[in-house]
Amino acid sequence: MANHTIAHDVYVPFLEKKGIWSWLLSTDHKRIGIMYLISISFFFLVAGVFALMLRYELLTPVSDFVQPHTYNVLFTLHGSIMVFFFIVPGLAASFGNFLIPLMIGAPDVAFPKLNLGSYWIYLLGTLIVLIALAKPADTGWTFYTPYSATTDTDVVLITLGVFVLGFSSILTGLNFIVTIHKMRAPGMTWHRLPLFIWASYATSVLQLLATPVVGITLLLLITERTLGVGFFDPAKGGDPVLFQNFFWFYSHPAVYIMIIPAMGVISEIIPVFARKPIFGYKAIAYSSLGIAFISFLVWAHHMFTSGISDIAATIFSFLTFLVAIPTAIKVFNWTATLYKGSIHLHSAMLYALAFVFLFTIGGLTGLFLGALAADIHLHDTYFVVAHMHYVMIGGTVMGFFGALHFWYPKWFGRMFNETVAKIAWLFIFIGFNVTFFPQFFLGVQGMPRRYATYPAEFESLMALSTYGSWILGAGIFIMTVNLIAGLINGEKAPQNPYGSLSLEWQVPSPPPLENFEEIPHVTDWSYGYGKKK
Amino acid sequence: MTWIPEVASNLASKVDGVLLLITLLSLVFFILITVVLVYFAIKYRRKREDEETPYITGSEPLEIIWTVIPSILLIVLFVYGYVVFKDMRTPPKDSVEITVQGKQWLWTFDYYNGKKTINELYVQYNRPVRLVMEAPDVLHSFFVPAFRVKQDLVPGRYTQLWFTPTKIGTFDIFCAEYCGTGHSAMLGKVIVLSPEAYEIWEKGVKADEDAGVASLPPAELGAKIYKEKGCNACHSLDGSTLVGPSFKGIFGHTVELQDGSKVDVDENYIRESILEPQAQVVKGFAPVMPSFKGILSDEDVTALVAYIKTLK
Repeated sequence: MANHTIAHDVYVPFLEKKGIWSWLLSTDHKRIGIMYLISISFFFLVAGVFALMLRYELLTPVSDFVQPHTYNVLFTLHGSIMVFFFIVPGLAASFGNFLIPLMIGAPDVAFPKLNLGSYWIYLLGTLIVLIALAKPADTGWTFYTPYSATTDTDVVLITLGVFVLGFSSILTGLNFIVTIHKMRAPGMTWHRLPLFIWASYATSVLQLLATPVVGITLLLLITERTLGVGFFDPAKGGDPVLFQNFFWFYSHPAVYIMIIPAMGVISEIIPVFARKPIFGYKAIAYSSLGIAFISFLVWAHHMFTSGISDIAATIFSFLTFLVAIPTAIKVFNWTATLYKGSIHLHSAMLYALAFVFLFTIGGLTGLFLGALAADIHLHDTYFVVAHMHYVMIGGTVMGFFGALHFWYPKWFGRMFNETVAKIAWLFIFIGFNVTFFPQFFLGVQGMPRRYATYPAEFESLMALSTYGSWILGAGIFIMTVNLIAGLINGEKAPQNPYGSLSLEWQVPSPPPLENFEEIPHVTDWSYGYGKKK
Repeated sequence: MTWIPEVASNLASKVDGVLLLITLLSLVFFILITVVLVYFAIKYRRKREDEETPYITGSEPLEIIWTVIPSILLIVLFVYGYVVFKDMRTPPKDSVEITVQGKQWLWTFDYYNGKKTINELYVQYNRPVRLVMEAPDVLHSFFVPAFRVKQDLVPGRYTQLWFTPTKIGTFDIFCAEYCGTGHSAMLGKVIVLSPEAYEIWEKGVKADEDAGVASLPPAELGAKIYKEKGCNACHSLDGSTLVGPSFKGIFGHTVELQDGSKVDVDENYIRESILEPQAQVVKGFAPVMPSFKGILSDEDVTALVAYIKTLK
């Protein structure tokens, strides 16, 4: 299988070597990325099934499919698995691993063995949580005390699993920061870096600095349960609200760990399929850093009704509005990139455009929650559930699916069926909106979240949301089958089917083991599309 | 379908003002972005494989405009949200104070005159009320959508919220902070009475709220009380163990107490369990049941006994 672009050397695609140990012991960032991709996709589907189950229960106001305790376990597992096993590692661990060295012109990451170790740590974390499923927790993924300290379900093991998982995140963040600083190819100045790299850099800083806080917080919870230390127990001088402060100090930056890489993906896809330079490169690059910085300062907007002081609430509301500004700037710049473009609506581009549309809704509905008086009414209702899913699915997952469809030829050396991909996209887009848009209205009407049973007046909107989940599920199923089918009998992928100027597309599909036969010398940014006047 | 619950407190219309402004601004920006996005996607769709595109990299004036204008609008939203919030956090000095306890999984209300109710909060139309709230077990949150008020109840401290009811009627109370198995069953009602009706209630004479139920046969009345007074939150009907023993088949059964002695579940044991719940607690259960003395009349207790007898 010689490749026509290489004149004098033998091209060994990185996928060539076979056998399970060639994978599990591989320090190749491209293989580690695939292992992460398979793991996170598996957990995405598992947690998605839990969601379908709990939405099925919610078809009617009373408990018929499952009893309240089981329902509570379902939403706990759905949230915990989605957040910690899918979306936080998410795009960073999978596409970050695959793309960063290729995009900056490097042969691998700075610490390849540490990279493999990070993946094993991830696996260890998932194994621990698997054991915890014997008596699954019913606390919600947020583990609020005192309930999480007193419930007799297995909270210790699941939080221990998450604690272990945290190290995978921290070490990956460290690895990527050093890689981006030290291993850029000659000529690859900071301002020539693709925006996905800027996004990965900002994300890595968050992973490195924020994750230790949740690790320690969960350890404190574990000692409270096992040793009776009263960090969060008022009878022993502790404070339940302290847990919330610690937890959200990480979990707010965590949501930016979730979204910033997806934003980086959008910044890569749109210029390629519009054949235009990205509009406002520096604005987008620096807004990622700005968002990362401010994200550390807004955590208590999850706690306006928790019993914090009025002054604290006011400051956090102000800072929350501040973080909306760099986010909005990105949306305007992506839209402007389309101006006078030559737009090809490939499935990857459809996911990117869906991202811009849906993330705008998610971001705007965040304003309702940042405004103090409005949040009092909307907090802990379905409005929050809708908002978070618009940014996480409408944002991150659209970015993830877009990345899958865009880099698929490069990563796997195959093409998938584009028509089926578009059909799947349509099911996903429609299904997602039918599932979650009604939930904004449910929230405004006062329907609280985490309710196993609910007042009859909410039934029609709840049922509509459930029907939407079936359409969404069908779309994801079609998409998954299509992508797997492409791996088995898709046509061979050309080196650069979409005419991208980025470095990863200047090597064969799939890339050779060592990435570059010769480290490239970079002379321009990767968005040089179009005719200069 | 109504967009939003009715406005039933002085604070509700103010909160709705904030919600409305954010909705309008959001709609404007959403429509703007969507229209431009769709327009560009259609107008500039690729017609020929080799068509030219211009090398446009940005526009500083545009960046400034679309940074400054949203920033100003966001500050307006922040200020408006803050101003109304401040009002929501400043109870009038002459508010009626009622103590609220939220615990798995019911609400108790203690009034200034010694009265106590469960799951039903009685307030007077047009008179400000300040709730002083606590929770002995886990986090709960007191939420009345029609009033647009919500505040967590936190073990170890008191939290407060206030409102002035502006409509006579009955309004839902929801628990809005996940608190375990009975979280979605922790429902209550705010009953807003006219000044005349409130005076009657205050003095302890049962007013209109009992109208229509006086003629129910005892077992049916018992079934109604079982749901409305929150017994269902802790005692199942199907044999499953919740916080308290299931009522299924319990009448006539013999139970073992904490100290090992045995007692028959007869009419008197049930009555005692309702009025003095800590007296003879069944083994294996925590002594957490509240007393219903002063809340349920003798007739109510008799009805509950009759109802429990029917549960085989």
